[in-house]
Amino acid sequence: MLGLIILASLVVLVPLLIVIWYVVSQGVSALNGDFFTKDLGGPTRAQFGQPTGMAQAIAGTFFIDLTALLMAVPVGVGAGLMLAEYKEHPLNPLLRVMNDTLNGMPAILKGLLIFTLVVRPTGTFSGFAGALALGVVMLPIIARATEGALSLVPWSIREAGLALGLPRWRVILAAVLPVARPGLVTGVLIAFARAAGEAAPLLLTSLGNNFLPRDPWNPLEYLTKAADTLPQRLYALAVSPYKQWHAMGWAAGIVLLALVIVVFFVGRLLTRKAH
Amino acid sequence: MRSLANKGSRFGDTAFLTLLTVLGLVVVGLGVLMAWTLGKEAADPLSRFGLFGFLTGTKWDPVSGVFGAWPVILGTLITSSAALLLSFLPAIGLAILSAEYAPRWLATGIDYVVDLLAAIPSVVLGIWGILVLAPALRDNVYRPIYLWATENAPGQAAWLGNPTGYGLITATLVLALMIVPYTTALARDAIRLVPSEQREAAWGLGATRWEVLRVAVLPYARGGITAGAVLSFGRALGETIAVAMLIGNSVRLPLTLFGPASTMPSIIVNEFREAVDNLHLNSLLAVGFFLFIISLIVNLAAAWVQRRLVPGNEGS
Repeated sequence: MLGLIILASLVVLVPLLIVIWYVVSQGVSALNGDFFTKDLGGPTRAQFGQPTGMAQAIAGTFFIDLTALLMAVPVGVGAGLMLAEYKEHPLNPLLRVMNDTLNGMPAILKGLLIFTLVVRPTGTFSGFAGALALGVVMLPIIARATEGALSLVPWSIREAGLALGLPRWRVILAAVLPVARPGLVTGVLIAFARAAGEAAPLLLTSLGNNFLPRDPWNPLEYLTKAADTLPQRLYALAVSPYKQWHAMGWAAGIVLLALVIVVFFVGRLLTRKAH
Repeated sequence: MRSLANKGSRFGDTAFLTLLTVLGLVVVGLGVLMAWTLGKEAADPLSRFGLFGFLTGTKWDPVSGVFGAWPVILGTLITSSAALLLSFLPAIGLAILSAEYAPRWLATGIDYVVDLLAAIPSVVLGIWGILVLAPALRDNVYRPIYLWATENAPGQAAWLGNPTGYGLITATLVLALMIVPYTTALARDAIRLVPSEQREAAWGLGATRWEVLRVAVLPYARGGITAGAVLSFGRALGETIAVAMLIGNSVRLPLTLFGPASTMPSIIVNEFREAVDNLHLNSLLAVGFFLFIISLIVNLAAAWVQRRLVPGNEGS
C-alpha cells in the first residue's frame, strides 16, 4: 500500500517538476540585458536579431499590479475586519457568502465584469481596467486572510485594551492589528502572487501592447491606455508562430515563476517568524 | 463594552464601523454586480434563442448569427470531470503520504512543494503544454494510434478525431496537473484534522497501519476530502488560459477523443476580440453568465458537503 501511495505521489510531483525544469532551461538563453530594458516591437525584430525585450510588460505588470493592490488592500482588510471583529453585525452573514462567492468565481468572470462595467462604456481598453479586474481577484483572498489572521489573535488582548477604557476601534487598530500583522501580510502576498499570474482577466481589460509608452516612467501612460503585462504577454508569445518569441515566452515564464517563488518564500518566512 | 467609552470615542466607534460597513458593502456589491451585469447582457441572446434553446443549441455560428452553448458547456463538463477523475487518486495518495506516513521533515518538504506548485501561474503550464506536451503527445501517442486505426479498424477513426495534438485529452491532462496540488492540500488538511483519539482507538484494537487509515482516518476525513474535490472541480471549470492554449478551440460538439473542442472560459477568451457585433459579444457574456451560475452551484455544493459530512459539524 505504501508503495502505491509513493507511486501516486511521484505521478503528481514529477510532471510538475519537469514543467519547472523546462521553463528554466528553455528560457534562460533569452534572459539577457535587452530582455529587461527594450520593448518587444513587431515579430521581425526578434527574427532579425535586433534588440527586443519585455520591458513594456515588466513595467506594465509593476504599475498595474501595484494599482490593483492599492485598491484591494483597504477594501479587503476592511471586509476582513468586519467579519472578524464585528461578528454580531447584521451585514456579516451576507458579506461572508458574497466574499466566498467572489473567491470561488473564475478569474475570467472578473475580467468580464470589468469589461462590461468599464471597458465597454468608456470604449477603451486600459491598464486601469486591468488593475480593477486584478483588484477583484485579490479582494476576496485578502478579506479571508485578514479574517483568519485576526481570529488567531487571543481575546484577552482585546479585553485588556477595552479594560483600559480604550474605544473598540482604537483597540482594533492599536492592539489587534499589530499582533495579526504577519498573517495579514502573508495573505496580501498570496493574493498578489495569485493575481500576478492571471492572464485571462487582463486579456479582456488591459488587452496588451507591444511597445513602451513615450514616457516609460509615467504610470498614467500604462493606466490610461492598453497596456502589457507579463502573463498576458506570455500567452500571446506562446500562441504566436515565431520561434524567437517562444524563447522569450519561456523567459517570461522564468520571471513569473521567480516572482511567485520569491513572494511565496517571503510569506512563509513571515508566518514562521510569527510563531 | 460601549458604556465604558466616553462620547468622543463613541463617535470614533461609529465612524469606524461605518467605514467598515461601506467597505463590506463594496464586496457585497461586487458579487451582486457580477450576477446582475452578466445577467443583463445575457438577456439579449436568451430572449432571441430562448433559455432552453441557448443552453441546448448545438450550433455556435457567428457568421449566421446563431448561438447555442451546448458544445462549450459539454466541453467544460467533460474536461473538468475527466481532470478530477485523473487527479483524485494521486492527490489523495500524496495527501496520505504527507499526513500519515512521512516523517516530519519529508512531510514539511512535500507540503512546501505542493503549495508552491499550486502557485504556478496557469500560463506557465500552458506554454509547456503548447510547446512541449502537445507535440510530444501528437508524435508519440495520437498519431500512431490514429494511423494504426485507419489501417486496422477503419470504422473507428471517426470517433478518434484529428490527431493534431491540441484537443480534449491534452487539455484534460494539463488541467489534471493543475488541480492536483489544490485537491492534495485540501485533502491533507482534512486528514490532519482527524482527532488522534480516532487513530489511537483503532491502534488499540490491533489494527495495522493501513487498517487504521481505512477504518478510522479516511471515513472521518471523508467530508473534507469530498468538499476539496468539489472545490477542485470548480477550479477546473473556470480554468481559462491553459485550456484555451491546448484544447484546439473548435465550437463543435466534442464527440471525438483527440479532436479539438472548447470550454466556456476558453471560448470567451478566444472569440472576445473578434466579437464585433453585439449579439456575438452578448452571447459570450451569456456563456459567462452560465459559467457564473455553474461555479456558484459548485461552490454552494462544496459548502454543503463540508457542513453535512464533517463529523461534529452536523447541527450547524
